[in-house]
Order: sequence, then C-alpha cells, then structure tokens
Amino acid sequence: MSDESTEVGLPAEQHDLPHRFENPGLPPHHERLTDTDPRAAKRAERLIAALFGLSALGTIGAVAAFFVVPPEQTVASIRLSTLLLGLGLAVAFGAAGIAAIHWSKTLMNDREMVEERHPQASSAAAREQAAQVIADGVSDSGLSRRGALKGAMVTALALAPLGFAVPLIGGVGGDWNISKFRHTMWKKGTKLAHDPSGRTIKAADLTIGSAVHVIPDGLNDVPDMLEEKAKAMVLLIRLDPRTLKEAPDRKDWSYEGIVAYSKVCTHVGCPVALYEQRTHHLLCPCHQSTFDIADGAKVVFGPAKRPLPQLPITVDAEGYLVAQSDFHEPVGPSFWERLK
Amino acid sequence: MSTNASAPKLAAPVDILDQRTGVATFIKAFARKVFPDHWSFLLGEIALFSFIILLLTGTFLTLFFVPSSDLVTYTGPLAAMNGVEMSRAFASTLHLSFEVTGGLLMRQIHHWAALIFMAAIVTHMMRVFFTGAFRKPREINWVIGFTLMILGLAAGFSGYSLPDDVLSGNGLRITDGVVKSIPIIGSYLSYFIFGGEFPGTHIIPRLFTVHILLVPGLILALVGLHLFLVVLHKHTQYPGGGRTERNVVGYPIFPVYMAKQAGYFLIIFGVLALMGATLTINPVWNYGPYDPSPVSAGAQPDWYMLFLEGALRLTPGFLEVVIGGFTLSLNVLIPAVVVPGILFTTLALYPFVESWATGDKREHHLADRPRNAPVRTATGVSVLTAFMVLILAGSNDLIATHFHMSINAITWTFRILLFVLPVVTFMVTKRIALGLQRKDRELVLHGHESGKIVRFDTGEYIEVHQPLDEQERWIRVQHDPRRPIPLLPEHNERGVRRRGYRRDALRTRVSEFFYADRVEPVTPAEVAAAQAHGEHDALPAAGHAMAELTASKDGSSAG
Repeated sequence: MSDESTEVGLPAEQHDLPHRFENPGLPPHHERLTDTDPRAAKRAERLIAALFGLSALGTIGAVAAFFVVPPEQTVASIRLSTLLLGLGLAVAFGAAGIAAIHWSKTLMNDREMVEERHPQASSAAAREQAAQVIADGVSDSGLSRRGALKGAMVTALALAPLGFAVPLIGGVGGDWNISKFRHTMWKKGTKLAHDPSGRTIKAADLTIGSAVHVIPDGLNDVPDMLEEKAKAMVLLIRLDPRTLKEAPDRKDWSYEGIVAYSKVCTHVGCPVALYEQRTHHLLCPCHQSTFDIADGAKVVFGPAKRPLPQLPITVDAEGYLVAQSDFHEPVGPSFWERLK
Repeated sequence: MSTNASAPKLAAPVDILDQRTGVATFIKAFARKVFPDHWSFLLGEIALFSFIILLLTGTFLTLFFVPSSDLVTYTGPLAAMNGVEMSRAFASTLHLSFEVTGGLLMRQIHHWAALIFMAAIVTHMMRVFFTGAFRKPREINWVIGFTLMILGLAAGFSGYSLPDDVLSGNGLRITDGVVKSIPIIGSYLSYFIFGGEFPGTHIIPRLFTVHILLVPGLILALVGLHLFLVVLHKHTQYPGGGRTERNVVGYPIFPVYMAKQAGYFLIIFGVLALMGATLTINPVWNYGPYDPSPVSAGAQPDWYMLFLEGALRLTPGFLEVVIGGFTLSLNVLIPAVVVPGILFTTLALYPFVESWATGDKREHHLADRPRNAPVRTATGVSVLTAFMVLILAGSNDLIATHFHMSINAITWTFRILLFVLPVVTFMVTKRIALGLQRKDRELVLHGHESGKIVRFDTGEYIEVHQPLDEQERWIRVQHDPRRPIPLLPEHNERGVRRRGYRRDALRTRVSEFFYADRVEPVTPAEVAAAQAHGEHDALPAAGHAMAELTASKDGSSAG
C-alpha cells in the first residue's frame, strides 16, 4: 500500500523528498533514578522487602482470623469472620503483587528489546512440499479413485453419533408429554385457598379492593407441588361490581365483583403480582406488562400480547369460593401449538 | 558434554529435565521472548486471572454445595428460615454461607470474580476491536475469543441459577418462557432443558454439570488455544518509533513479564478478596428459596444479561401473531433470540466483513489508533450505544422508582432511543475521529502552539510554533492512507460484460462507506511546503494537493 501513495499529486520539484516519513527508530532510553543512584535502588529494595513482609503478615492475620473469629450462630459474627478473613487475604495477595510489580519496574532491566517477526505463512518451498505430501497421502489412500468407499465412510460416520444422541435426547425430556401445559389442577368444585398457608376462603371475608394470592386447596399435598403451583397460582380480587366490565359469555365467571385471574404472565411467565387498587391495574414486575383487572385483564401496556386467563369461580353451599372448572385456555407464556 | 568453565551451567533441576525432555531448547526460544507494554494489553489478563480465581473459589464451593432439588426443612443458625421448606441446593447454600468458615467469603469472591470476568472479556474485546487487532492473521483468535465470551455468558447464567433462590428461579422461569416462544420445537426444547414441566427436579443438577464440568472444560481448552495463538502471532503493538510491522518491541518474559504477571495476578486476587470481604453480593437468604408465586420488584439479573432483559422489556406485545392456528411469539422471539443472534453473528464475523469490504488481505501487527479507522470506531461505538440503551431499559423499573418517573414514559423513551441514539453516536464518533486526524495533520504541519508571541521589526506579531520532534511526529503520520476500492468498468474493452461486476459494485459501495470520508497522513513534501510558507500560514502551494488529499464529503479542508 505504501507504494500507492506515490499517486498523490505534488509539485514536481518536491519529488526528491521521500513520499512518506520514515520510522525514526527507537526513542532514546531514559535512565531511572534506581539505575543511576545506588541509594534509590537500595530504597526500592527495602520497600519491596517490606511489602513482601506485609503480605506474610496478611496471611498470618487470615489464618488467625480463621481460628479466633469463627462464625457463631448470628449474622453479625458471620459478617465479622468474612471481613477479617477477606482483609487478611486481600493484604496477603495484594501486597505481594505490588511488591512483584514494583520490583520489575524499579530494579529489573527496563531496556526494550526488539524481536523480529516473520510472515505467518510458511516459505514457498515448505508450502510446495506440504502440497506434495497431501497429494501423496490422498493418492495413497485411494480416496479419489474409489468413490464408493468415500460414500460408505461418510454415511457410516454421519450415522454413528445417532447411537449416542438418541438415548440422550430420548431420556432428558422426561415423558415428552407437552400436553401438560394445557391443564392445571383446578377442576369443578376445587376450593380457593390462601397462598402459602392453604386456608380456604369465604366470599364474605373479602372486602372491596382487596387482592389475595390463591392456590388450589390441596396443592400442598400433591407430589409435584412446584410444577402444579407454577401453573395453578391465581390472583383473587374483589372489585366494586359497578366498575367491572365483563364479556357477555363470562358474566357468570365472577361472584359479586370477585374475579380470579391466572398469576402467570402471558409474556414469559413471571408471577404478575403488583396490584394497584386505584386503577385496578396489575403489573408484572419482571417486564412491566400491565393488565386491567376491571376489563377482562386486557393488556394496557408492555410486552405481553394476551390477557391473563380467567378462572371461573362461584361459591359452594357453605359460602366458600370454589372453581367452576379449569382455565379455559393454557396459562402462561405462548407456545407454538397453544391453540391446537 | 564439554563446558566452558566461565559459561553458566544449567541448574540441576533444569539439567535433569533437559536430559529427559530437551527443555533447554524451549527455554532458549521462549524465556527471552518479547512482549510489548501497554495498559490496554492487560484487560485480557484480568479475564484470565479472574477465571483462575473462579476455578479456585469454585472448587471450594463444590465441596459444600449439594446440587439437588429434594425438599428439606431448614434448621440452622438463620432464625428467619427455620422450619421453611426448601431445596437441598438452597439449604446447602445457606449452610456453606453461615456455617462454613470462609464459605461466604468464597461465595462472594466467586460471584464478584464472575462479574469482573465478563467485564474484562467485554472490555478486552473492545480494545481488540477498536485497535483493529482482529485483522489478519488474528481473525481465528478473534473467533476463539468471541466463543470464550459466549461460554462466559453460559458459565455465568448456569452458576447464577444454582442456589435455587427466588430470583434465580424467576430467571429460569423467564428462560422457560423464552424457550417456549421458539417456533415448532419450543415446547419440546423446554422439556429437554427441564426434564419435564418447569421447574421439575432435574434443572439444578443439570446446570451444576454444565457449570462445573462442560463450560469450564471448554473455556480451559479454548483459553489454551487463545494464548497459544498469541504466542505464535506475537503480540500486536501500538505504533511508535522503532516499532514496525516486522518486529515486536518490549520486555522479555523472563524475568520482567513473569514478575509483572505474577504480581498482577496477586493484585487481582487481592482486590477480589477485598470485594468479597466488604461488599455483599447476592444475599440469597434475604430472597428465600424458590417458589413460583412470589417475586420482588426491582430484580435485575447480573449485568451481562441485562441487555436481553432490556430488549424483552422494550418489545411491544402486538408482535405476537397466530399463523394457521400456530402461535408465533415475535414479541419474545425477536428480543431474546433474533436480536442477540444477529448481534453475536455480526460480532463473530466482523473481521471477515471488514477485510472483504476494504480488500485488505495483508498481515497487520501494528495496532490502529481508533481515530485512523473512523467508520470502524463509529460502528463499535454505535453498537455499544445500543447495548447501553438496552442495559438501561433492563433497569427501567429502578429508574422509575428512583427518579419518580412514569415507567411507560421511560419505556417509550428507550424504544425510540434504541433506534435513534446509535445513528447519532455513529455520526458524532465518525466526525470526532476525522477531526482528531485533522488535528494530527495540523500539529505535524504547524507544530505546537508555544504561547510565545514575537514582534518583528516590521510591527508584525506572530505566535511561535514549536515543531514536533520526530518521535511525536511519527505517531501522527505513520498510518497507511486508506482509500475506497476503485470499481472497474462493467464492460471490458471489447464491450463484453465482466463477470462478478455486481459483487464488485457492492464491494465498492461498502468500501466507499468505510473510506470515502478520510483524512490522509501528512507527507514530508507537505511539511516542507508548510515550512517554506511560514509557521502558521495557510498553504497556498499545497492547497490543490490538499483538496485531493482530504476529499471529504463535508467539504471542510484540513490544516
């Protein structure tokens, strides 16, 4: 590229000048104080030795802290133990590190050395020989002449990993029954219960404006409790029935202004837990999707597309809130076959 | 073996080794190998040393951590947790934090080291990018380094989830939601990861294997390869007197770099120990064990995941569509899969893109000054701007609560800034880089202002300019001028349409994008002309040359 710079248009009389500046070579070396003054060198030596000494003291401190201040049964004692042990380590490593660097900067040779580079590519002769070796090897193996052999080999090697991959993939997904996404443990008559205590809820206990975290009654006794809870958790809210807008086909899904919505965000599944009483908006703390509880939990802001699924509820003979059925659609984030 | 009495002999251990391995040849070749000195060459070392510290503290943690989702009832020193049902993973995290001396310290050092590991990788990549150190022959090493960054993300993510607390559990839940959004295979992929329905009992032990075996094993192997290639290529160096494309100037490994590197490792360990001792990180005992139901507001993932979180928060919901009865959640797929996919692919392939676009196939061992590659520098700053906007968007709830602002307004602001700000910073950075190059020209042509005013006997006042010494001048004139690739005509002299013309035309357009606006380095002739016409005058003789040399679109001329 440096040759191309001859193209720039310059007055003819300046053509005796070089076209580009030339590298001036290494800058002159400056002696350090420790190079010229033996006392300065001695001072540096003493400082380095002192730093190594400090490092050893740090180690002793850390070991002493281990034995003298073990964590007791309180948080404060754990803090103290962590602090003393850590400070000991910090001094032990930090001081030794500073000593080593100070040594290299003050006492070790600081004259820059120059090492030649060579092009990464091999010499022409070596490349030629390598090409010959490869050609010899290829013709030796007969790969180019025996096409059937090549095909057979590639097929065999391409298939071989299957014997490993099939058991692996087959095993890791459990039963691969993805239809479980569609159902929760709510069914007709399941009582609504407080999360996490499991206490069942009477409609009369709820005042207008209150919001209750709800799980299905009996959740705490099922074996796969966390999986069921991750789908079945519900937020129960009592609104003034006059503010409630309900779709005609869902008129009987609420009870006297009490509505129950899935607490699993339809965006990526966080628990939608922040309820603002004044606006009846429900906010997902993870990505700020906002749902309007008074209007079918429709999305009013944020990255979610769909409203939260509603759980149809009613009361039983004793006044306890119960589910009419399971959710009518899969809860939680969207997936490919959600509507199938 | 006859030895000269005055020559030094091999020390006994080296002698023993040499007779069995021939190690003396290796020592001869490598012990005085030269490395150039610059603070920015040490960023990668921070990553390397943090990784070693991660291995050491991580080993400590594995001795006490139990990667199991089995439920146990907590009994221990933490009164607030007594009687709470939790996974064995969470219980053992509490045990190693509160009952093992130094356990909490090791956990905190480990977590801080992980954050610094990623930060060092990213800043090291930025250094390599902005100085063009990824150019031939180092493209392969750029790709290896890129892969290490991805593995670092995987290590961080898998480790963050292990304690099985509320925050990390919600992180996994978000992961599950993202995985489910992938078309066709999403639901099955979710089962593949969790061994059934979320959360299941498999994910903690699986992440443990990934975190302590697969990922660190791969990182270790690739770090070895990365460093091998650094030694093979010899390190790049910044331009300066005596430094050329054919040499490397610096200090020898033995003893200078051995002392400096050992010292540097110890200092980093010391700083991390200080952080672990004094700065609480991820206090899982405040969050409690994972339960799908509770969640806390103001929960952010570790910093390197924030850009994904921000992208998820910004993408509006209407992008979810139903096609033929199948649900396509573009509102999740775009921010969490497509955007990082494009970002990472571009990043990995950038060296090849630039080399194709600029037609530059030469080896480069002298680092660029970022101003001398204005479009590359501006591109880097532009991508970093988008990254920063996404990081801030990932913290929009904290911004809202700290500054008492509307979360909706903040989100909308970031949605707009994500598209506008990168363009603005691209243009501003490119102008700054060109401006700095013009300043370089001015300094070389006219010297430094000395502040000395001289009055001539004619009454004329001038300011004396101090010419640059040759070392300083060299730094400002050493770079090769870069020009767009000229486009050969579409038809040859016989009027036949040339093959590959369209590809060439595209390449010329991209190359114009890189180099159309440019400032060329000063030549000796220009300095001679400037000096012939006085220290500070405009250059009438070089005027027309200047117009050609600085054919920039905005029409302003240098000097």
